[in-house]
Amino acid sequence: MSEPTLVPIRDAFGRALVELGAANPDVVVLTADLAEAIKVHWFAEAYPSRFFQMGIAESDMIGTAAGLALAGKVPFATTFAVFATSLANQAVRLSVAYNRANVKIAVSHGGLTVGEDGATHQAIEDLALMRVLPGMTVVAPCDAVAARKAVFAVAALSGPVYLRLGRVPTPILTTDDTPFELGRANVMRQGDDVAIVSIGAMLDLALKAAEALAGRGIEARVVDMHTLKPLDTSALDDAAHSCRAIVTVEEHTVIGGLGGAVAEHLARTRPTRVEMVGIRDTFGESGPPDRLLHKYGITVHAVVEAAERAVATRRAPA
Amino acid sequence: MHTRPDLDRLRGLATQLRRDAVRMIALNASGHVGGALGAAEILAALYGHVMRHDPADPDRDRFVLSNGHVCAVFYAALARAGYLELEELATFRRIDSRLQGHPARVELPDLVETSTGPLGQGFSVANGLALAAKLDGRPSQVFCLVGDGEMQEGQVWEALMTANQLGLHNVTLIISDNGLQIDGEVEAIKSIQPLTERLTAFGWRAVEVDGHDLSALVDAFVASRTSDRPTAVIAHTVMGKGVPFMEGLAMWHGRAPSLDQARQALADIGPSATHADFPAVGGAV
Repeated sequence: MSEPTLVPIRDAFGRALVELGAANPDVVVLTADLAEAIKVHWFAEAYPSRFFQMGIAESDMIGTAAGLALAGKVPFATTFAVFATSLANQAVRLSVAYNRANVKIAVSHGGLTVGEDGATHQAIEDLALMRVLPGMTVVAPCDAVAARKAVFAVAALSGPVYLRLGRVPTPILTTDDTPFELGRANVMRQGDDVAIVSIGAMLDLALKAAEALAGRGIEARVVDMHTLKPLDTSALDDAAHSCRAIVTVEEHTVIGGLGGAVAEHLARTRPTRVEMVGIRDTFGESGPPDRLLHKYGITVHAVVEAAERAVATRRAPA
Repeated sequence: MHTRPDLDRLRGLATQLRRDAVRMIALNASGHVGGALGAAEILAALYGHVMRHDPADPDRDRFVLSNGHVCAVFYAALARAGYLELEELATFRRIDSRLQGHPARVELPDLVETSTGPLGQGFSVANGLALAAKLDGRPSQVFCLVGDGEMQEGQVWEALMTANQLGLHNVTLIISDNGLQIDGEVEAIKSIQPLTERLTAFGWRAVEVDGHDLSALVDAFVASRTSDRPTAVIAHTVMGKGVPFMEGLAMWHGRAPSLDQARQALADIGPSATHADFPAVGGAV
């Protein structure tokens, strides 16, 4: 089997913003000294009067973006995940979320695959921090094709959004025809033994694990949960109804992110065994992205093992 | 050409804003009275004369109360400008009220331009409002009120740089400089001096005025509209102004007066020559 081409999600994001800028004159873009890193320099070149370099001042950038939104603009405020969600958290909470301001907080460098920069720059808790804010939509597309659609989808939504993108190039797993509707998960593979639910670029691992499981007689459904909030609860209920267990896969701590969200929901509607593949309660470290994922247990093998463990567990009598 | 203010009417308004703030806070035994009293002339000048404040007007001037805790006087100004029923002032800080303990945009859209409370936040949003006005070619001036203690927040200095860098001449920062914060004197806790020099060094035009002189405030605010730099108006104020037993005492930052103290305060403030108290059915003050 040939490996698919790897394409950086943030490149697709940057190109899509230029497209969006042509379609919607209210779109403005802000960055905090990371224009090239998150690929908004293309927007800056195309629409210099709608691009604002805010310097190394993330909280002020988020607050300024909120003001622009409250006056009718559609601002994309861009930086790294860790800066937007931790450093500028007060501004996100008060000026964006509580105001219900139409700000799109678009970040790169979500997760461990930030790599050599180490734990200080690896946002492993950002999805949890954003998910708990009332009214915040949280999105992490699986590949470059989905990222382009995500840009248009979040711009069409009126309200605050956290759009998380990774740093490293990732395989293209969807096509132009794959739907991308906020709050509606995509079932990427059918199966009724176990459901593997992934977020962001982890879809690649989920699909590979499903293939490996098929060789062992376990049919895995694969669900791309690109919108963490609002969670597609009907996709989860369907999965829990048809399958014996759920495995979640995220480049994020297993506390409060995708695994947490799935477990919170299914505990209420249909108590189901949920295995969580993700970062345990620890910070990351420096290293090559693939080595880090391996060291912190986010691998195809880990997903396969979790699925096998989960289906081996007898379901509690109804 | 700007018309001269009717200073007698503005004085009457400022007096009424003080009476309103004291009663709102005392009726529910909750709120920040000291800063509210100190900001009465600032709010009277803005809402009684300087600002075009019709929330339906997209070209309106905008007001951001970054030091959201003094909001009793802000709600009173909105009511006296005709945007809230006077009766509603009695609901301040009560359950189901739109008059939240700190201003909430979701409760009062376009009257509260942005929610505030945690300090240092509103100024950045004010810059964003000003930037949008500039992009759209609107004549709006954005007036943002901060406390002097609030200048200890780092984000304020980020926002000062932003306004200068982006040429936001349509921002007017009003610093209510009463020298006090919750735990004591600003100068003793973390000095922000020399403030005028600091602001000037950040590229701002800085002017100092008596924050209880309506004529001086109006002149400073009006002049800021045509400045070729963003303007900071350092308004020297007195915490608890108008109520001698509160004046200059940091303990009145966040304390509500008892009913007896409120009656004394209202007697000290005296009646407004132009306005009447809001009705508070069954209220003790």
